[in-house]
Amino acid sequence: MINLIYLTTLLPLLGFLINGLFGRKIKNEKIVGIIGSATIGLSFLVVLGAFIQTVGLPIESRSNTVELFSWLNVGGLQIKFAYLVDQLSLTMSLIVTGVGFLIHVYSIGYMHGDKGFWRFFAYLNLFIFAMMNLVLGDNFVVLFLGWEGVGLCSYLLIGFWYDRKFEKGTTSQAAKKAFVVNRIGDFGFLLGMFLIYMTFDSLNFKEVFTRAASFPIAESTFGLIALFLFIGATGKSAQIPLFVWLPDAMAGPTPVSALIHAATMVTAGVYMVSRASIIFASAPAIMTVVAVIGLLTALMAASIGLVQNDIKKVLAYSTVSQLGYMFLAAGVGAFSASIFHLMTHAFFKALLFLGAGSVIHGMHDEQNIQKYGGLKKYMPKTYLTFFIATLAISGVPGLSGFFSKDEILWSAYANGGFVFWLIGAITAMLTAFYMFRLVSLTFYGKERFSARGGSGTDGDHHHVHPHESPALMTIPLIILAFLSVVGGYVGIPKIFSGEHGNLFEGWLEPIYAPALAKLESFGSHTHFEEILLMALSVAAALSAIYFALHVYRKNPQIAENVSNKFKGLYNLLLNKYFVDEVYEAAVVQPVQKGSEKFLWKIFDVKFIDGMVNGVASLVEKSSGVVRKIQTGVAQSYAVVMMAGIALVLLWLILSL
Amino acid sequence: MSSIPMEYYLILSAFMFCVGVAGVLIRRNAIVVFMCIELMLNSANLTLVTFSSYLGNSIGQVFVFFVMTVAAAEAAVGLAIIIAIFRNKKTVNIDEINIFKW
Amino acid sequence: MNIQLILFIVLASVAATSSVVMITRKNAVISAVFLVLNFFALAGLYLLLNAQFIAVVQVIVYAGAIMVLFLFVLMLLNTETEHKLFADKRAIKVFAILISAFVFVQVAYLIFHGSPSRTLTPDEAASVKAGTIQAIGQQLYTNYIIPFEVAGFLLLAATIGALVLAKKKFE
Repeated sequence: MINLIYLTTLLPLLGFLINGLFGRKIKNEKIVGIIGSATIGLSFLVVLGAFIQTVGLPIESRSNTVELFSWLNVGGLQIKFAYLVDQLSLTMSLIVTGVGFLIHVYSIGYMHGDKGFWRFFAYLNLFIFAMMNLVLGDNFVVLFLGWEGVGLCSYLLIGFWYDRKFEKGTTSQAAKKAFVVNRIGDFGFLLGMFLIYMTFDSLNFKEVFTRAASFPIAESTFGLIALFLFIGATGKSAQIPLFVWLPDAMAGPTPVSALIHAATMVTAGVYMVSRASIIFASAPAIMTVVAVIGLLTALMAASIGLVQNDIKKVLAYSTVSQLGYMFLAAGVGAFSASIFHLMTHAFFKALLFLGAGSVIHGMHDEQNIQKYGGLKKYMPKTYLTFFIATLAISGVPGLSGFFSKDEILWSAYANGGFVFWLIGAITAMLTAFYMFRLVSLTFYGKERFSARGGSGTDGDHHHVHPHESPALMTIPLIILAFLSVVGGYVGIPKIFSGEHGNLFEGWLEPIYAPALAKLESFGSHTHFEEILLMALSVAAALSAIYFALHVYRKNPQIAENVSNKFKGLYNLLLNKYFVDEVYEAAVVQPVQKGSEKFLWKIFDVKFIDGMVNGVASLVEKSSGVVRKIQTGVAQSYAVVMMAGIALVLLWLILSL
Repeated sequence: MSSIPMEYYLILSAFMFCVGVAGVLIRRNAIVVFMCIELMLNSANLTLVTFSSYLGNSIGQVFVFFVMTVAAAEAAVGLAIIIAIFRNKKTVNIDEINIFKW
Repeated sequence: MNIQLILFIVLASVAATSSVVMITRKNAVISAVFLVLNFFALAGLYLLLNAQFIAVVQVIVYAGAIMVLFLFVLMLLNTETEHKLFADKRAIKVFAILISAFVFVQVAYLIFHGSPSRTLTPDEAASVKAGTIQAIGQQLYTNYIIPFEVAGFLLLAATIGALVLAKKKFE
C-alpha cells in the first residue's frame, strides 16, 4: 500500500479534472458530489492502508520513499518528484484526507442549489491534491509546489461567490488579500530554500536533515534559514504579522473555512516547522522567536474574538489563536505536542465551522450572532455536536482538546518558564470564555431573530424559520464530534498512561529524535508539578465557562455595562487593534502610490519607453544623415574611392 | 640616362597622375574631365617608358603602344557619348546630368 | 650638371606646370591647349629616355589626333565658360585636392623607399636599342601578335560605336 501512495494525489487530481472539465455538463449534483467525495474517500483508504502497513514495520524502517519521476535536472541540482511516507506525513495525510472527506460529504448538502456546484468540488479536489503534495513531498520543492497550490486554491475558494459583497469590499478583494499576504510569506520561504540549498547543497529532506545534524555549520546560518522558513510559516498559518488575511477569508463558503482555514492549509506552516525541526533546534534564538510569536498571536487573537459578532469571525480568530498554541509548542521543542494539537484542533475546529455552517444554512445566511438566540430547540443535532466541540476547545477534561492543550501548556512551563505557562493559561481562559459566549448567544436564551432592527425596509419580511440541516450535513458533524471526544486518547501523557507512555509522542519520536538531541534536555520536573498545573488550568477554564454562561445566558446586561465602561478597550478589540488600517497606511498606500507615481509615470513611460523609442529615433536620424552620401553624382563617388585608395596606400606604407 | 636617377621620372609621373585625379574630381565640364583622364593615362605611359628604358627592355614600350591605342578608342567613344548626351540635355555640366540621383 | 639634366629639368617643369594650369582654367579650350603643351613636353621626355618610336607616336596620335578630336568637340558643343572653380561644393573640392596631394605624398614616399636605382644599373646601349622601331616591331609581331590583332578589332569597334552614338537619328 505504501507504494500506491501516489494514488492519494492522483485521485483528487482526476476528480478535479473530471469535475472541472465536464462538471458543467453533468447537471446532476449528486454525481458531481459523488465524484468529488469518492476520490477523497478512496485516498483516505489508501492512506489508512499505508498507515496500517507502516505500523507493522519495525521502527527503523518506518520511513519510506516512493519515487515517481525525475523532475528537475539542472546542473548540480537534482530534484525528484517523490513522496516520503513516514510517521509524520502519514499522520498529516490521515487528517487531511479523513477530515477532507467528511467536509466533502457535508458540502454536497451545504452547496445544494448553488450554480457553481461543480466548480466548488473541482476546486476542493484540487486543494486536496495540492495539500497532499505538501505533506507527502520528500523534498522542499515538492513541498513548495503544494504550498503554492494550496495558496492558489485558497484564493479560488475564498472568491468562490465572486459576485457577492463582503464587508466594505468584495469577496474578490478578500481573496486577493489572502493571496498577497500569503505571497509575502512565500517570499521568505523561498529565501529560506535558497539558503538551504547554498548551505547543504541539496533540497531533499533526508539529505538536508542528516547534514544539518552532523555538519559543523554556524548557528547564525541555521538562524537565518529558520527565520526565513518561519516567515513563510507566519504567512501560511496566519501568525503575527501576517495573520490579517484569515478573518477576511471568511468571505468564502463555510465548508471552505472548515477545510482550508481550520483543518489543513493553515496547518501547513506548523507541519513545515515540524518537518524542519532539526534546523530550528539548531537555532535556539529562532525557537524563542517562534514560541513568543505563537504566544502573542494566541493572546491577541483570543482577545479580539471576545467581542466579535459574526459567528465565523469568532471562529476565525479562534483558529489564529489555536495556531499560536501550536507554534508555541514547536518553539519550546515539543514538536509532537504541536502536531497532536494540530490533529485535535482539526477535529473540533472543523466541527465548529461545519456546525456554524449548519446554523447559517438554517438561518438563511444570517451570520450575526446578535440575531440568533434560542436555536437549541430548532437544531438539536447541530447544537449537540457544536456543544461537544466547544467543550473540547475549552480544554474540559476527558475530551481531546484537554489532552493536547495541556501537553502544550506543560511543555511551555517545562522549557519556557512560568511566564509562558501563565500567558498560555490566560489565553485558555479567554478561549473558553468566548466559545461559551458564542454558544450561549447562538443556542440559548431568547430568540432575537425576528426583525430586531433589521437592515431591510421592514422587519416582517425577514421572518426566518430556522430548521435542522439534512442528514448529509449532520452525519459528518456527528462523526467529527465522536473524534473530538476520543481523538485525544492516543496522546495521554505519561503520568496517566503509565508504562504505555504517550502513544502519539512515541509514534512521532523517530522524526524528532535528532532535533531533540540537539536541544538541551527538558529540565527535570516532578509529576506533582505537572498535576498541579493541570488542575490549575482546568480550574481556570471551568471558571471561565461558568462566568460566560452566567453573563450570556442569564444576564446579558453585564456584557453591555462592561463594554460601555471600557469603551476604548472595547473599540480597540472590536476593530481588531486597527492592524488592517495600520498596514493599509504604512504598507499598501505607499507601495501603490509609489508604483503609480514613480514606477509607472516616470520609470516605465520615460525611461523604458524612452529607451525603446530612443533606439528607433537614433536609427532614423543616423540613416537620415547617411543617406546623403547617395548624391547621384559620379564625381562624389570618385572622391570616396580616392579616399579609399589613400587609405590602402597608407596601410601599405605602414606595413612595409 | 645614367646621370638622371630613375626616381625623378617616377616622381614626375606620380605628380602628373595626382594632378589628373584632382582634375577629375574637381572639374564640372565633362570634356575637361576626359582630358584629365588622358593626362592620367599619359603619366602611366611615362612610367612604363621609364622602366623600359632603364631595364633595356622594349616590352614596356610595346605596352605603351597598346595603351595609346586604347586611349584613342576610349576618347572617340566617350566624346560620342557626350555628344549624344548634349543633344538631350543641352549641357555638358556634370552637376546637371544627375538622373541617377534618387 | 650636364645637358641631359638641364633638358630634363626644363621639360619636366613644363610638363608639371602645364598639367596644373590645365586643370585650373575656366575656359575649356584653354585647358585643351595646355594639355597639348603637356603632351609635347612628354614627347621630349620620351626622347630623353631613348624611346624614339613612342615619342613620335605620342605627337602623332595624342597631340595630333586625340587632342584635335577634343578641340573639335569642344567647339562643336559650344560650352559656356564655367563659373569660378570654387564657387560651390567647396568642401568636397578642397577635400578632393587634399586627398590627391596625400596620395602623391604616399606614392613619392613609396618610390623613394623602393629606390629602384640602387638595384638597377642602366645600360645605355641596351636602352637605345630598346627604343628603336625595330625592337618594338619585333616584339609586336612575334610575342604580342594576338594583342596586336585584338587592338585592331578594338579600334574597329570604337569606330563603329562612335559612329552609331554620335549620328543623328534617321528621320
